[in-house]
Amino acid sequence: MASEATTETTKRDFLFVATGAVGAVAVAGAVWPLIDQMNPDASVLALASIEYDLSSIEVGQSVTIKWRGLPVFIRHRTQAEIDEARAVPLSELKDPATDEERTKPGHEQWLIMIANCTHLGCVPVGEAGDFDGWFCPCHGSHYDTAGRIRRGPAPANLVLPDYEFVSDTLVQIG
Amino acid sequence: MAGNSTYNPTNPVEKWLDDRLPLVRFSKEHLMDFPTPKNLNYWWTFGAILVMCLGIQIVTGIVLAMHYTPEATMAFNSVEHIRRDVNFGRIIQGTHAVGASMFFAAVYIHIFRGLYYGSYKEPREVLWILGVIMFVLMMATAFMGYVLPWGQMSFWAATVITNIFAAIPIVGEPILQLLRGGFAVDNATLNRFFSLHYLLPFVLAAVVALHIWALHVPGNNNPVGVEVKSERDTLAFHPYYTMKDMFAMVVFLIPFAWFVFFAPDILGHPDNYIMADPQVTPPHIVPEWYFLPFYAILRAIDFNILFIDSKLGGVIFFAGSILVLFFVPWLDRSKVRSGSFRPLFKPFYWVFVLNFIMLTYLGAQAAEGIYVVLSKIGTAYYFAYFLIILPVLSRIETPAPLPTSISESVLSKSAS
Ligand code: HEM
Ligand code: FES
Repeated sequence: MASEATTETTKRDFLFVATGAVGAVAVAGAVWPLIDQMNPDASVLALASIEYDLSSIEVGQSVTIKWRGLPVFIRHRTQAEIDEARAVPLSELKDPATDEERTKPGHEQWLIMIANCTHLGCVPVGEAGDFDGWFCPCHGSHYDTAGRIRRGPAPANLVLPDYEFVSDTLVQIG
Repeated sequence: MAGNSTYNPTNPVEKWLDDRLPLVRFSKEHLMDFPTPKNLNYWWTFGAILVMCLGIQIVTGIVLAMHYTPEATMAFNSVEHIRRDVNFGRIIQGTHAVGASMFFAAVYIHIFRGLYYGSYKEPREVLWILGVIMFVLMMATAFMGYVLPWGQMSFWAATVITNIFAAIPIVGEPILQLLRGGFAVDNATLNRFFSLHYLLPFVLAAVVALHIWALHVPGNNNPVGVEVKSERDTLAFHPYYTMKDMFAMVVFLIPFAWFVFFAPDILGHPDNYIMADPQVTPPHIVPEWYFLPFYAILRAIDFNILFIDSKLGGVIFFAGSILVLFFVPWLDRSKVRSGSFRPLFKPFYWVFVLNFIMLTYLGAQAAEGIYVVLSKIGTAYYFAYFLIILPVLSRIETPAPLPTSISESVLSKSAS
C-alpha cells in the first residue's frame, strides 16, 4: 500500500471518507437518545400549567406555591408597597423594569414571581432586606417590593412566570 | 524503569503463567522491586493513603447502597434507617461520610506536597495532569454523594451548584435542565446523582491506575528534586516503602477513627438533618469544608467585569481556580524542582498555603463586610501565585546549590 501512495484523490479515499461520515452520523444518532433521556420527561412537562385561587390571600400576605417543581411567590401587596415600587426612578435599577411591567393591568396588587434568586437559586426571605421586598440569605441579594434586584450578586430581577388572570380571584400559571 | 525485575519463575506452573499472562512478574516489578529514591519523607506516604481512602469509600459505599433508597420522599428516611436500624449501620455510614473528609484532607496534602517539591515538572507533567483530573472527579463524586441523604443542605447544595451552569451564555439554561432532569432539583436529579455517584469512583480507580503507570515511567520525584542517578540512590519499594506507607496509614486512621466513633457529625452541618424542602432555603448555606476555598472564590466576584456580569464572573473564576492547576508545569519554568533550594519561592509558597487556609475560613463566613474584602484579596493572591509569581520567580531567582546526587544529600545529612 505505502509504495502505491500518491497525492491524487482516488475512489478509495472517497469511500474511506464517506464511510467515516456515515459512521459518525450513526454514532451521533445512537448517542443522542442517551443524552436526551436526561432532559425533563413527559410527566414533568405535563405539570406545566396550574390554576390557583387567590381569594384566601389577604392584603399583606404571601404564599409560596409549587409550579413545575419550582417555588412561586404570590404576594398580595399593600398600597404602600406599590407606591414604594413606583417611586423608584428606573436609573437606580440594575435590571430596569417598571412596576407596571411586573404586574398585570387591573391586578397591580398581585405580584407573582418564581421564588428562586436569580443568582444561584436560593429562595429569598420575604418582607426583608434593605428595600422592604425580599432578601436572599445565600449571598446577600436584596430585592424591592416589585421583586427587582437592587443590591448583591444577583444579575436580574426575580423572574415572572407566564400567567394570566382567568377571573379576579383565579390565576392560571404556565 | 521497567525490566528491573529479578523474577525468575522456578516452578512449572509459574513458568506456564508467566509465558501467558506475566501477572506475577508485573507485580514484582511494580509493587516489590520498584527502585524508589531512598530519601522520601512522610509527605510521600499520602499517595498510598489516598488509595486506601478510595478503597474505604468503595467498600462502605457498596454496603450503603444495599440499604439506601434513591427516591425523593424516601432517601432521607433511608439514611436515617441505615444509621439507626441496620446492623453496624451507624459506623458504616459514619465511615463513608467521615471518609470523604479524610479523603480530601489527604488529597490537599498530596497536592501541596507536589507544589512544594515541584513534582509537576518535566518529565512528570502527565502524572500531574492525571492528578488534577482525579481531583475534579473526586469533587464531582463527593458533591453528588452529599446530595444523596436529601437533607436541606443536600438539596440547596444541588440547587446552587447546578445553577452555576446556568451562568453560561445561551446554552446555560438547556444545560441546567439537562443536568436536573426538570425545571428544579427533584427526584430525577436525585436518581441520576445516585447512578453517577456509584459510577465515578470506579472511573477514579481507573485513572489511579494510569496515574501510577505515569509515575512508574520516570519514577518518583524526591525531597531534593535531583533525579535518581545510580542504584545507590534507591531502595526496593518492598519492604522499605510498603512498611513506611503502612505505618503512615495506621497513623492516618487514628484521627479518622476518632471522628467516626466520637464525632461522626462534627464535619457536617445540622441543617442536613432536616429533610429537603424546596420552598425554604436555610438562612446560612455553606458547602462541605473541602469546597470552601473555591466557594469563597466564587463569591468574591460580586461585581461586573466589562460585559461579564457578576454571576458569570464568579463562575469563570471558580472554574479557573481549578483549571489553572493543569497549566502549572508550564507556568513554573524553574529548572530546580524542590522548593528547599529556592530561597525566593519558599516565602511565596507559604503565603500561598496560608492564603488557601484563609479562603477556607472565608468560604464559611457570611458574604458581608470585611469578609468580602478579604475574599477578594485571597482570590487575587491565589491567581497571582500561579499566573505571575511562579513565572517571574523562575526567571529572576538564583537557586541554592543542589547536591550532586540523592545519596550524597542523604550522607551529608547523616554526617552533620
Ligand atoms: C470517591 C469516592 C467517594 C466519595 C468521595 C463519596 C462521598 C460521599 C459523601 C460525601 C456522601 C454523603 C454522606 C453524608 O453526608 O451522610 C456519600 C453518600 C453515599 N455514598 Fe458515597 N462516596 C464515594 C464512593 C461511593 C461508592 C463507590 C458508593 C457505592 C455505591 C457510594 C455510595 C453512597 C451512598 C449509597 C450514599 C448515601 C448514604 C449516605 O448518605 O451515607 N459512595 N458519599
Ligand atoms: S442565591 Fe441568592 S444571592 Fe446567591
